[in-house]
Amino acid sequence: MMMTENPERGDGVRPVLSVRDLTVQVATTEGGKTVLDSLSFDLRLGETLALAGESGSGKSMTALAIMGLLPKPMARITAGAIRLGDRDLTELTETDYREIRAKRIAMIFQEPMTSLNPLMTVERQLCEVLLAHEICSRRDAPKRALQLLKDVRLTEPERRLKQFPHELSGGMRQRVMIAIALACDPEILIADEPTTALDVTVQAEILDLIRQLQHVHGTAVLMITHDMGVVAEMADRVILLREGRQEEAAPVRKLFAEPRTAYAAALLAAVPRLGEAPERPAKPQAQKLVEVDDLTVRFDVTGGLLNRTVARLHAVEGVSFHIRAGETLALVGESGSGKSTIGKALLGLVPWDGSIRIDGQQTQGRSRSAMRPVLRKIQMVFQDPGASLDARMTVGDQVVEPLKVHGLAKGSELTDRAEWLFRRVGLSADMLKRYPHEFSGGQRQRVCIARALSLSPQVIVADESVSALDVSVQAQVLDLLQELQDEDALSYLFISHDMAVVERVADRVMVMRLGQVMEEGRRDDVLHDPRHPYTQRLLSAVPVPDPTRVRQTVDVAIGKEPNSPIYPVGEHPDRFALEELKAGHRVALPD
Amino acid sequence: MTGYLIRRLFESALILLGITFVTFVLLYLVPADPARQIAGRAATAATVANIRDQLGLNDPLFIQYFRYLSNLFQGDLGRSYMQRAEVSSLIASRLPASLLLMVSAIVTELIIGLTIGIVAALRRNKPVDHTLMIFSFISISAPQFVIGILLLYVFAVQLGWFPIGGYGTFAHLVLPSITLGLLGAGWYSRMMRSSMIEVLGQDFVRTARAKGLSKLRIIIRHVMPNAILPIIAMIGIDIGLFMSGIVVVESVFGWPGIGQLAWQAIQRVDIPVIMGVTMVSATAIVLGNLLADLVTPLIDPRIKTK
Repeated sequence: MMMTENPERGDGVRPVLSVRDLTVQVATTEGGKTVLDSLSFDLRLGETLALAGESGSGKSMTALAIMGLLPKPMARITAGAIRLGDRDLTELTETDYREIRAKRIAMIFQEPMTSLNPLMTVERQLCEVLLAHEICSRRDAPKRALQLLKDVRLTEPERRLKQFPHELSGGMRQRVMIAIALACDPEILIADEPTTALDVTVQAEILDLIRQLQHVHGTAVLMITHDMGVVAEMADRVILLREGRQEEAAPVRKLFAEPRTAYAAALLAAVPRLGEAPERPAKPQAQKLVEVDDLTVRFDVTGGLLNRTVARLHAVEGVSFHIRAGETLALVGESGSGKSTIGKALLGLVPWDGSIRIDGQQTQGRSRSAMRPVLRKIQMVFQDPGASLDARMTVGDQVVEPLKVHGLAKGSELTDRAEWLFRRVGLSADMLKRYPHEFSGGQRQRVCIARALSLSPQVIVADESVSALDVSVQAQVLDLLQELQDEDALSYLFISHDMAVVERVADRVMVMRLGQVMEEGRRDDVLHDPRHPYTQRLLSAVPVPDPTRVRQTVDVAIGKEPNSPIYPVGEHPDRFALEELKAGHRVALPD
Repeated sequence: MTGYLIRRLFESALILLGITFVTFVLLYLVPADPARQIAGRAATAATVANIRDQLGLNDPLFIQYFRYLSNLFQGDLGRSYMQRAEVSSLIASRLPASLLLMVSAIVTELIIGLTIGIVAALRRNKPVDHTLMIFSFISISAPQFVIGILLLYVFAVQLGWFPIGGYGTFAHLVLPSITLGLLGAGWYSRMMRSSMIEVLGQDFVRTARAKGLSKLRIIIRHVMPNAILPIIAMIGIDIGLFMSGIVVVESVFGWPGIGQLAWQAIQRVDIPVIMGVTMVSATAIVLGNLLADLVTPLIDPRIKTK
């Protein structure tokens, strides 16, 4: 389907939804805290309005307030009006609101994995909404449900109807969520970070689907997102929120071209853009710190009589690479590509086969205690800094715990060391006695980095270490990692799904798919001159934070079932041979 | 599925075999002499020795154990030392009464426990919730014989609504079932409450609300089935808890079940009966767990029986 580009769409058309001076307060132990402050906007027929902002900006609160789904009794609307036609939604009773939800305003959520009832088939979850609003008779409901699945272009819709959510991939589940949302043909669709939890190629498909359905049904879309790439791809107009207040409201092109407020300008500047990262400095050919040869990680899938192994998940299959001192190797790929497993194998956190040498020392077959000297050289920083810190231990204790475990320091030496580490990652030493919940997300990740640095490692495995952070914070943490590398010649294995971030930090890039290397080479070779179709697809799916660009339609096979890395015992995936195109640029050959 | 069932039954048999060994050894180590009990206080040493010899109690432990096992495999649980009857027929005559009591106690505890749990969760942190949780706390902590006697005193002695003891009609069943079920009801109400609260906060419940479904439908179709899953596994474990409760409750209410049989046998060191009752209750526990594991995948499609 061809999309017509009309940036001014929505102008002068009557609003379907008017929000006026909307104020939401959340009860805290210190009294009411205003999380949304006098927000006003109109959503016009057929347009896409993006509510953008970083975490805590109140964008999700706005969506929930419109749906009447604010978590009671913690949050409540203290002032303002939400007008849908001639009705003020803030004055509706719960019973009246049921007539609005799904029928006139529908919503899709961030987490497709948990947003569907695990115990009900897709069909029942679809029919339920049809019957609740008397869209059709009980007899016709299954037929209508099937049509809805066809509308959202789910493959094998007849079979999907009978399936349970856990049998579907994340992208498929989000399609089902969209089908449910569109079941009653609502005037307004609220999409709350609908693609944040999805792989980038799936994200492109879902965004494309929303655009096309909007075109067909004339639905007004309120798009809630933190991702300026998604904003540029989807929105006609943007409202930028910050700490519950409107910071700037503008048509999308205007906002990107000439932001009026300093905050908008700073936010847009912090957004990593693929293709705009500065050159990486040329580095001397230092010694190889990490040498991995023919690494294979398989997990047994057990079942049957006496729990025999019935199948194997080939998480990593014959992967070889090296990282030099002071170099950053980025590992990219979609979920299930085995990139995190490689990081874990390097630290001996999963059983593996093959050869891993860290600073010349073979780690194959080492016992836990024999692994310790190796672990002093290689440490890890995880994705979720909230979950990877102990909530009941002061951050100071956590940062020096590795030193105690390895018996490298004690007493006042520990305190000195902790202070030094804290200053190193840009935190002040008087924060040492605090607990993780007293820190922001970015500060917590700094604590995690300090902990990883405590043993003075030569290699750090950073597994999606900045993915959970807001862009402005993300940029700061990336700067810190760069500083550490410049000062100490640290090597990074940087695992990420975000191509734009990878471009900023990587010297070399390795693209993984289903446990195998698809392409590997210097950053510019892989990202700017990709040779493997998979790399090309990954790169083309990345949303570009530039609204003037012609919006892409996706040419990937729609809703295609992902290949599975699970094989019966005795069977192996075909290993791709890598062809060296030029020095250091290797590409998997098609089989 | 069939493969899974065979594997589980095989495992269950192994567990039961282990239990026979442990129980047998424990009873062998008991200092009381069954022969002395049978012979009575006035008997001479010669008579006691004679009885010991007849019962084969002088044989080494493992010979006694294998004799017991080979009889067991032929369906022979032995003869009671004290009552002139086969253990199997003693148990068979008592089992129906105990099973009846157990089933009705399970129904009672589920009805009381789940209702309280659901109501408390929906009225979380309100006075109703606090009151119900105090009730459940009491029902967990009060000893069963105290509850039994209290119920007897109020409803049988004072009000005369139910018979004081015995067996036969539905009225006889009410007080023992409540006494036995109240403990479980306390546990289930707490589990159901926290399980409900957890499910109420799940994303799919928000989706259900966004669909414009009625509150009742959301609770019944979306929240309850998900909240009840962890409870099912509990019911299997619960049967073990019942076995100890049943001894107390049957004594208090004069209920002619295997609990009473066990109580009498323990007092008189009637080893074949103790072994028999232990085996029956062990089988009940093992089967109860098996049943719970078989029912769960019927409700939860994510769990596949392997």
